[in-house]
Amino acid sequence: MEPKPTTLKILDIVTVVLLLLATLMVFFYAPLEAVMGQVQKVFYFHVAAGWVGMLGFLAAAFAGLMYLLRSDFKWDIAGLAAVEIGLVFAFINIVTGSIWARPIWNTWWTWDPRLTTATIMMLIYAAYLMLRAGIEDPDRRARFGAVYAIIGFLSVPLTFFSARLFRTIHPVVIGTNQPGAEGSFDMTTAMLQTFLFSLLVFTFIFADLLWHRIRLGRLSLKVEQLKLKSLE
Amino acid sequence: MDEQESTPIGISQPQGARLPASPGTDSKPLASRPGFLGAVWAVVWKDLSVELHGREMLSAMLVFALLVIIIFNFALELDASTRATVTSGVLWVTFAFAGTLGLNRSMAMEKDRGCLDGLLLAPVDRSAIYFGKSISNLVFMLVVEAIVLPVYSVLYNTNLLKPGLLLVVLLGSIGYIGVGTLLSSMAVQTRTRDILLPILLFPVAIPVLVAAVKASSGFLQGIEISEIMPWINLLIVYDIIFLAASFMVFDFVVEE
Repeated sequence: MEPKPTTLKILDIVTVVLLLLATLMVFFYAPLEAVMGQVQKVFYFHVAAGWVGMLGFLAAAFAGLMYLLRSDFKWDIAGLAAVEIGLVFAFINIVTGSIWARPIWNTWWTWDPRLTTATIMMLIYAAYLMLRAGIEDPDRRARFGAVYAIIGFLSVPLTFFSARLFRTIHPVVIGTNQPGAEGSFDMTTAMLQTFLFSLLVFTFIFADLLWHRIRLGRLSLKVEQLKLKSLE
Repeated sequence: MDEQESTPIGISQPQGARLPASPGTDSKPLASRPGFLGAVWAVVWKDLSVELHGREMLSAMLVFALLVIIIFNFALELDASTRATVTSGVLWVTFAFAGTLGLNRSMAMEKDRGCLDGLLLAPVDRSAIYFGKSISNLVFMLVVEAIVLPVYSVLYNTNLLKPGLLLVVLLGSIGYIGVGTLLSSMAVQTRTRDILLPILLFPVAIPVLVAAVKASSGFLQGIEISEIMPWINLLIVYDIIFLAASFMVFDFVVEE
């Protein structure tokens, strides 16, 4: 592997420090929410993880488009890296959401538009990885991955609309609080600051992980090329 | 004066002969090249005539769809009261699975018999192949639906032949097949083939399935048209976006 660039070393340290800071902010700076109590604090990292999930999807679609236009493998590596990271964070998003939902909504799950769309998004990610796993030829794998990333990305907003339309026509109240009421509690300044800072920190985490994964992808590509050459 | 001397510019031609045209020139080529629509029609015609001769795919899709409907009879309590709400769901699950079957077979046939290579060698726009395959896949799906709807009506004593419902079935099938043709072209070139198509298609086709089910159920229950319109709009938007997107990227999926 190429030696780690200094910028990446700095980014690693900065990211870890920021994450520690964010954790401290969540537990000590942000006030305790009146109605929900401690469990509300999940919200800061939950939304940030969801944000990274969507960012991963956007990055993958963009990388896909660039690969189709330029046929440069670096875009393929970036796309795969973005999907893998996005998948993990989408999963974190769903799990933390479930943890929050259990005491608040009295259920682990609900077919709310956002949850539905988040699940579908994860399934599209997983399908992307399964598609790539079934192809030997690197160029074809990259092309198909790019196409699916674009198609998948286009479908997510439509899925969200269809799920939301589904709910407005058939409202369902679960437990004591309306599931649709999430995210609309008033945030004090301290909460808002913690929230925005968490978003920033998670974006840093995404960028850091993406860089590392791209480096790994480049190494993997080199190994594959060497393998093909040795077979000749 | 000699003709050749009076035309200093241009290729001097021996009298009475014609140079063969090079591709891309305006002059009429020796063999007539099909236009875009001609190519689309050729692909559709090929698929339809193959199917008319063998009828393997249609019969498979049809028998499968009818079996699924019958299984639903035992799986769900399709009595009169629940029937109205559940019917559209049952129908669309059936159509989705039968459609997947047709898409898989259609593309597998192309690949296994080398037809796809032949099509790709033809001097036509790749998107003509996409539209041709989509149209033939759509025809097969519509044929299956045209048979399933009356059969379901008879078996479960509900009238499914309402114009609104038929419109929804058409719009939904268009969207489903539009994306399905693109994704099946990809899936057929992988190792996992048939299994992969539903995995790729279903998450992306959720908006179609949701909208189609809700709109169908709306028409069956006689709900106000104004309440059903959002779903129909969603179907139309989906169809347009995905037909356009699929047609634009199809080239990348079939190139060697």
